Parts: sequence; structure tokens; C-alpha cells
Amino acid sequence: MEEVRLMKGNEAIAHAAVRYGVDGYFGYPITPQSEVLETLEELMPWETTGMVVLQAESEVAAINMVYGGASTGKAVMTSSSSPGVSLMQEGLSYIAAGELPALVVNVMRGGPGLGTIHPSQADYFQATKGGGHGDYHFIVLAPATVQEMADFVGLGFDLAFKYRTPVMMLADGIVGQMMEKVVLPPARPRRTEQEIAEQCPWAVTGRPEWRKPNVLTTLELDSYKMEENNRRYQQTYDLIKRNEVRYKEYHTEDAEYLIVAFGSIARICLKAIEDARERGIKIGLVRPVTLWPFPEEIISELSKKVKGILVVELNAGQMIEDVRMAAKDRVPVYHFGRLGGIVPNPQEVLDAFEDRFLKSK
Amino acid sequence: MENNEYIKRPENLVYSKPRLLNDNNMHYCPGCSHGVVHRLVAEVIEEMGVEHKTIGIAPVGCAVFAYSYIDVDWIEAAHGRAPAVATAVRRLNPDRLVFTYQGDGDLAAIGTAETIHAANRGENITIIFINNGIYGMTGGQMAPTTLEGMTTSTTPYGRRVDLNGYPLKITELLAQLPGTCYVTRQSVHTPATVRKTKQAIRKAFENSLAGKGTSVVEVVSTCNSGWKMSPAKANEWMVENMFPAYPPGDLKNEE
Repeated sequence: MEEVRLMKGNEAIAHAAVRYGVDGYFGYPITPQSEVLETLEELMPWETTGMVVLQAESEVAAINMVYGGASTGKAVMTSSSSPGVSLMQEGLSYIAAGELPALVVNVMRGGPGLGTIHPSQADYFQATKGGGHGDYHFIVLAPATVQEMADFVGLGFDLAFKYRTPVMMLADGIVGQMMEKVVLPPARPRRTEQEIAEQCPWAVTGRPEWRKPNVLTTLELDSYKMEENNRRYQQTYDLIKRNEVRYKEYHTEDAEYLIVAFGSIARICLKAIEDARERGIKIGLVRPVTLWPFPEEIISELSKKVKGILVVELNAGQMIEDVRMAAKDRVPVYHFGRLGGIVPNPQEVLDAFEDRFLKSK
Repeated sequence: MENNEYIKRPENLVYSKPRLLNDNNMHYCPGCSHGVVHRLVAEVIEEMGVEHKTIGIAPVGCAVFAYSYIDVDWIEAAHGRAPAVATAVRRLNPDRLVFTYQGDGDLAAIGTAETIHAANRGENITIIFINNGIYGMTGGQMAPTTLEGMTTSTTPYGRRVDLNGYPLKITELLAQLPGTCYVTRQSVHTPATVRKTKQAIRKAFENSLAGKGTSVVEVVSTCNSGWKMSPAKANEWMVENMFPAYPPGDLKNEE
């Protein structure tokens, strides 16, 4: 049954994971996402669904636990925040190379270095351009609400198993810590061993007599074969690009200008846009929901209609590169960002917009 | 010749290749201990009749291709992370026999944290630890277990403790942890020691299946290529030099 609750985004992830029938969570404490692990330990799902919850000795261990669990066909996940996700990059490269389904949540904080515990979107490049070594991508979902924090757990796993790829939920400290109303999805049982064997014939489960050994390895010293592996990865990525682009549009029908923003900052931009509309300035908003694959088509289309695009991010200008590529120099594309954990208010966004587009230069 | 023909009669064959050890040509150097230990692992899994529920975790290092030789399900882990991988595999599949097979660089340098914490949690896994005191795969560099004074490609004038620290006795460390139930150090340089190592692996695997905690089987091994010795000389050198630092025997054996 669905259940309406008031909770933090991080808590919603934990509840959604248990209800989705996730088999294992492996994590390490780091602000501002520790509530995911804390909530799971409090829920004790091993008593109900049989879900394994384990506090690992490091993010390095956690992501390799995810690698191991995913290799056996189980639905496994981890969550962390920016410095911890940096430590996970090696493991993510292996998970991508192993074509393993898994969910990784990054509740971003300001960096670089140890940085700050306050919200940021400065890991956009790391999430969407590979992050670890080698030629790989994975699906990146950007939640803007606590509801999406809950919903993207299920969506993330569905996509992960459909394409045999890791999926990252790239949230930020705002939506991780903010409390909102959330409708929790109905609970469903974990998959049985038989279902896993049917759905994941590649899974490393112990070899029954009738089949050859299943070996999960990312090593291939024959470079011709390694090139073939890479071509197969790229085919999957092409398929994902064709099928899985997701975004939300607001007020774009009559827009003369466009703002592009993802995650919780998009909600601040929406308020700014509504304020501007009261003054007769017609701005629209595109909120990419998948950051990879990037919704370049809609931005390309809208760039033919508007006079300019403002990209608003909690970083020094990362997604703007993808927006510029989509807009192809048709219109000016400017950036507004706050750094180091500062979140702008709607008026600041509007001021930035006016400064870029309305002031005579 | 006549004698050979006599030995090859079926009624006289008392020793054969285990079924789980396949016919792939091993990449190990002649004289290397890995081949013997691989054979023992295959034999024990076969004798216990548990191949349908065995999951091996291969390391990075010479044994990275262990999965090419023993016909069970395998996961090839990132360098040093095998115990973390094994942790999740065993917890999510609690009726399986889960073992890691790791060298000294993998287990005692880059993977020290994963090794110690998996053992400290008492994960129901077996860690087979091949200690030859050197990085074999990458061409003979210093390992954490390299002996004082021992020459390697990164200690060309011998390991100096003032520069490189001391040989790490990680098995002794692991034996201190309440999470381990069986910690032993063996070797495979004589028929008698091969038999003892086989018994140790069997005991460790039985412990893992029974959920008694972490079992560690260190096998003090030779790397005659890395040590730049003949296989026979490497065995002698091991007994004379490795055994004083890494004496064979049980460090912990909880019934």
C-alpha cells in the first residue's frame, strides 16, 4: 500500500529501498547523507524483507561490496556524498565495465577537497563524464524533490537491470536534508533466487552442473577483444541515449528566454521565473531529470525560439558545457552559479538574469 | 620405460587431475607455487561436492587468472578489494562457499583495510593468502612481506627497514582478531606439506560453510622468477629465509 509521510530526502531513499525489495545496502557515514544508513539501521529490514544493511569500513569497501553483490544478480546500492563518491570512482569503473546493475546515490556537498557540508552541484562533470578511468557512462538521475528521491530508487533499479548498468542518483544537500511530504511506493517482495537465475543468467551464483562457470571479470589482455567489449558498452550507451532522456518543461510555450537548471536549484529558478512573469518577462525552464543522457534535443529546439539561455547551477559552470553544445551558438548562453555550499534565492537568480540579458551593454 | 607402462595401468593410477581443474595452459612460471595451490582448491571443492555453491574471488596479481583454471563461478575483484567483494557475496548468499585467493601485495598492501575489517567482522569466508614476498605479476617489486635485505626491482640494494619499514606479518595480525576462527600458515614445497595445506583448505572451507567466522590459510610460497632462482633453489631459499620470518603452523584453531 502507498503511504503518505513527512520526511527528509535521505530518509525517503531508505524507506523506498526497503519497499522496492532491495537486497543489500552498503554505506559509510558522511554528511549530508548519513540519514540513509541511519534510517536503514533503524528500520532493520533484515528482520522483514531480508535486506542486508552493512556499514562498511570505507567508501572504497562499500562500492566493492556493491560490485560483489551486483555480480550475484542482487539489487544492491550505496549512498555517499562528494568526497566519498570520489573514493568510489575506481569501483564505479569496474561496475560499469562488468555491466552490472547497481544504484549509487551522491548527495552532493561543496568541494573540492574536504570542502563543506553544505549543498553543491559541483560533481556534475564527475557523474556525467565518466569519473573513473576508461570510456564509460552511466545513467544519472537528478531528483528535485523528496518525492523524486523516493521514486528514483525504483526507477534507478529498473533502468539498472534493464540495461545492466550502474545508475547514479545525483542529489544535493538541499533535497537530502529537506523535509517534504512523500508518497512512499507500495512494498513488494525481494526477488527469489529462481527469479534472479531467470532474469540474470550471467549472475555469479555458484555453478550448477548444466552450465559453464559464470566469471565476472573486467580484465581482457587481448586488445582486439577489449575493443569489442568497448564497442558493446558504447552500443548500450547509444540505446540509453535513444530511450531514456528525461526532463521537465515549465512555461516554455511562450518563453522568450530560457533557464536550464537541475535538482533542487531548479525549484528556486521556477520561483524566480514566476516572479519575472508577474513583471511581464517571459522566461521558461527546462529541468533535466537525466543528466546523462542529457536532454540535448529539447534544448536545441528551444534555442531556436528564445533570445538567450541562462544556466543556473551550484557550481562554477559544468552543465553549461552540455547546454552550449545543444544550443550550438544560436543564442547567448550564460551561467549563474554560487559556489562552496551557498544557495541563491530567487531574487539573486532574477538579478543574474537581468544582468546578463536585460541591461544595455 | 617398462616401469612407466606399469604405472600407467588404470589399477595403479591413484592420483589424477581434479575434474574442476580444466585443461587451459596455466600462465604461471614453472616452479611457481600457485599451480599446486590451485590444484588443492579444485580438489577440496570437488571432494566436498560443493562446486554448485562455490564462489571464488580472484585478486589482482599473478592469480588474477585463477578463474581461467578452476571451473567454478568467479568474480575478479579490483586490486585488494576481494575481502569486501566476498563480504557482500556471502552476506547476500549465506548458503554459499565464498573464498578469496590473494597474493601478498593484494592482501597486505593495497587491501590491508579490506582484509582486516572483513576478518574483524568475522565474515564467513576463507582467505587463501599466497605469500611469496614479492610482486610477481608486475616484475618483482618489493611487497609488504619482502624480507629485510631481500633484493627486488624496487629494493635493488636489499630492503632496508629505515627506508621501507619491516616485513608485515599480517597473518599474525589477523590471528589476533576475534572474528577469525582458523588462521594457519602452510607451504607446498614437499609432498607432506602439500597434504597438510590441503587439509587446511578443507578445514577452512568447512568453517566458512558452517558460518564459524573468517578462516585464513597463508601459504608461504616461492616466486622463483621474481627471486631469480631455479625452482629447487627457490624451495631451499624459502625454507632457509622465509620460514624464520613466517614459521609454518596453526596460529589459531578454534573448534
